[in-house]
Amino acid sequence: MRAFEFILRRVLTAIFVLIGVSLITFAISHVVPTDTAALYLGSTRARPEDLERIRLKLGLDRPLSVQYAIYMGDLIQGDLGDSIATKRPVLQELTDRLPATLELLFFGMFMATLIGVPLGVLSARWQGTWADVIVRIISIVGVSMPAFYLGLLMQIAFFRNLDLFPLSGRVDSNLRFTNPIDPITSFFLLDTFLTSNWVAFKDVFHHLVLPGFTLAAYPIGLIARMNRAAMLEVLGQDYIRTARAYGIKERVVTYMYALKNAISPTLTVIGLTVAYALTGTFFVEVIFNWPGLGLFTVRSLLALDYPAIMGMTLLGASGYVLINLIVDLLQMWVDPRIRLQ
Amino acid sequence: MDQTTHTHAESQNMRTTRHVINVILRDPLALISTIVILLFILIAVFAPLVAPYPDQGQGSTNAGDTMHPPSEKFILGADRLGRDILSRIIFGARPALVVPIGVVLFAVVIGAPLGALAGYKGGWVDEIIMRITDLFLAFPSLLLAMAIAASIGRGLDKAAIALVVSWWPWYTRIARGAAVSLKEQYFVEAAQAIGVRDSVIIFKHILPNTLSPILVQATVDLGTVILAMGGLAFIGLGTQPPSPDWGLMISEGRTFILDQWWISTYPGVAIFIVVLAFNLLGDTLRDIFDPRQYK
Repeated sequence: MRAFEFILRRVLTAIFVLIGVSLITFAISHVVPTDTAALYLGSTRARPEDLERIRLKLGLDRPLSVQYAIYMGDLIQGDLGDSIATKRPVLQELTDRLPATLELLFFGMFMATLIGVPLGVLSARWQGTWADVIVRIISIVGVSMPAFYLGLLMQIAFFRNLDLFPLSGRVDSNLRFTNPIDPITSFFLLDTFLTSNWVAFKDVFHHLVLPGFTLAAYPIGLIARMNRAAMLEVLGQDYIRTARAYGIKERVVTYMYALKNAISPTLTVIGLTVAYALTGTFFVEVIFNWPGLGLFTVRSLLALDYPAIMGMTLLGASGYVLINLIVDLLQMWVDPRIRLQ
Repeated sequence: MDQTTHTHAESQNMRTTRHVINVILRDPLALISTIVILLFILIAVFAPLVAPYPDQGQGSTNAGDTMHPPSEKFILGADRLGRDILSRIIFGARPALVVPIGVVLFAVVIGAPLGALAGYKGGWVDEIIMRITDLFLAFPSLLLAMAIAASIGRGLDKAAIALVVSWWPWYTRIARGAAVSLKEQYFVEAAQAIGVRDSVIIFKHILPNTLSPILVQATVDLGTVILAMGGLAFIGLGTQPPSPDWGLMISEGRTFILDQWWISTYPGVAIFIVVLAFNLLGDTLRDIFDPRQYK
């Protein structure tokens, strides 16, 4: 019952926050000093009657409160307006590109967890030794390195010098003829796996490595640091000393007993970094020419395609709120103490 | 009474400052970081005197030396328009380093009093301020900054405003936490008892005492804000050409990264060093104060 109440309260808060978020998004796009109608026509020297027609069509002549009501009405029906640049529905543009970004995001976060958690465990277990120092250096370099710079370094090192991974893109363009990918889920790694298209699978994987790692660098630093702190706290507790006193192997103590309890705070950090990594994908996508949301958003930002900008801001904030909600619920599941509060 | 409590806050802040300086002097990494940061600030301030080619640093082109590789003439090479990379890095320290410091200060100036007000007053004032804060924190900060920067127009000043708008809520949260615990203390209750006005209590008694945790958080944040500022410039929403900026320089050299690698590489090193220095210093400061206790 308490769990149900907790979930209900969290979901209601999330809805309230999202309504506020839509208000802020709307406010941002309506302080645009440029003439939206002129932007829509693609020229500041358009004829006055054309401008007037567009203003009427977009409802720009109405009071702001009415405009917001219309915007919200459309929003609830899933209509985010049309992109000024492509003239296609923004929702369509976003959903078309979402899988590419999510694939990159998941791959990057998977890498970050796979590297960050063991690094944290390692440095906690060997606290004060050179291993700890090295992990500290790795994590501080990870959080200090701009993604838009690391990506370029990766390209120089692994494409130009070593020729191990492709320079950019999501898939080799020749594959379209030799081993076409059947877009079942539009997550190419999954699609090629499901259809046993191993040539394409290998190519897709190769294309993911550099952008994925570039995206993972920052989360690796945060996860390693957080997991180290959590591990140290747990390792100092009585039940761990008891377990050691019973002569249980150190490896079992570390991985079976300590890590299990250190994972809850680490989970929070992983959740929060997913949200951070979402903006990280923008830079990574620009550098690696990755056909996802980030590339589209950056283009929209520069062209002042404000329906697209609003759509993306809303999507980003919703994603953030959703991730926080999931992290809270996951924590409740992992750590029963939260349920009792 | 008023006078004594005021000096109480001041002397405590002075003591804290001395403590911080002592810790930094004893920790070699923090000391080196501080020196590096101060050095970069000095370079930024005295850029016209330090840069080998001041005009090129500010943007004037030099068609004769297009893409000149690193040499004695241009230690770090020249860019597509023949401009000395070193001079541009030196001038670029202004938007990339000094402006983020201003951004964080402004965010503190807006955020901290609001937080102190919310924490001290409680009730509906607290409720309204903190719910608004929550809304701003619901956005990924950089995404919000990008949207604002694009809407109000591109440029260094616009990017700075956008970052202030997306950063102030963090300081509101910290200041509120500190204010909630401060308002229970005797010197505040004493001030209330003798009828000191709320605005005076907030600005003279509460706010000065919330400053240490906030300034620590601000130092820790500076690395992130520098990265954000560089990121905005990189995608074209910050500093506009021909002005120098590290993020912009990385973006300008991106097309030539495989052949004229020096154009993007060196400005990137500059960002990395500065952010690293702030993060190392922030780590040390965080260990002293641990602002988490106020959250």
